[in-house]
Amino acid sequence: MLLTRKAEFSASHVCANPAWTEERNRAVYGLNANPNGHGHNYVLEVTIEGEPDPVTGMVFDLRELKEILNEEVVEPMDHRFLNREVSPFDCVVPTTENVAMEIWRRLAGRIGRDGVKLHNVRLYETGDLFVDYEG
Amino acid sequence: MKVRLTKRYRFSASHRLDTPALSADENRKLYGKCNNPYGHGHDYVLDVTVAGTPDESGQIVGREALDQLVRERVLGRFDHHNLNTDIAELAGVVPTTESLAVTIEKALASNWPLRARLDRVRISETERNIFELEAK
Repeated sequence: MLLTRKAEFSASHVCANPAWTEERNRAVYGLNANPNGHGHNYVLEVTIEGEPDPVTGMVFDLRELKEILNEEVVEPMDHRFLNREVSPFDCVVPTTENVAMEIWRRLAGRIGRDGVKLHNVRLYETGDLFVDYEG
Repeated sequence: MKVRLTKRYRFSASHRLDTPALSADENRKLYGKCNNPYGHGHDYVLDVTVAGTPDESGQIVGREALDQLVRERVLGRFDHHNLNTDIAELAGVVPTTESLAVTIEKALASNWPLRARLDRVRISETERNIFELEAK
């Protein structure tokens, strides 16, 4: 069975590779390369795979999942400038792909246990663009 | 490591559902209001999903490259057009959203120029009717 929990955070970022010229960054990232950053209301959907526990009837304790998402994602990223305040985005370009993969790395170890595993991380940068990462 | 990226696009088009294989009465019974003689329109929502691994830019696909492809092959041809009369691939085809999904998938997949592969298209005619097709 798949279980999905949603969380939101708002953050700013710049997509630019410091090793590249301004022109190349502009060509690759467009407006996302504007040097002082811009922001999004990110929406995160975390999907967990497992069978309901025969005693509790739950795949995963939703209260615990909420706490994990808060600790690993919302607290460190909400209302932050990802490039300056959230590791590893001081040296990794915070594209939606890279942010989704980092969220996976942060969550996988805390969610995986007997018969239960992280199945998918879906990160919406806007309502019209999202990335799925399945590890 | 597989990453999928989905971008949402919109276009508005008109159509009429009517098949020459059936009588006028049968068409009306089968397609209901969608068979009304002068056609009607929808604001279609198209989700295009591509899959791949991020390149040195940290992206699996350049946003502008994907937008340009979808603009050229779909939006520029379908937006504010009549699906029955204006789209060559739909000539003689009942332009259901199923047919539209197949046509759009083919238009995108043919000579696909991007590094990331086309994974699927998902198209909704209204918020209540959604069709999804995995790319071949």
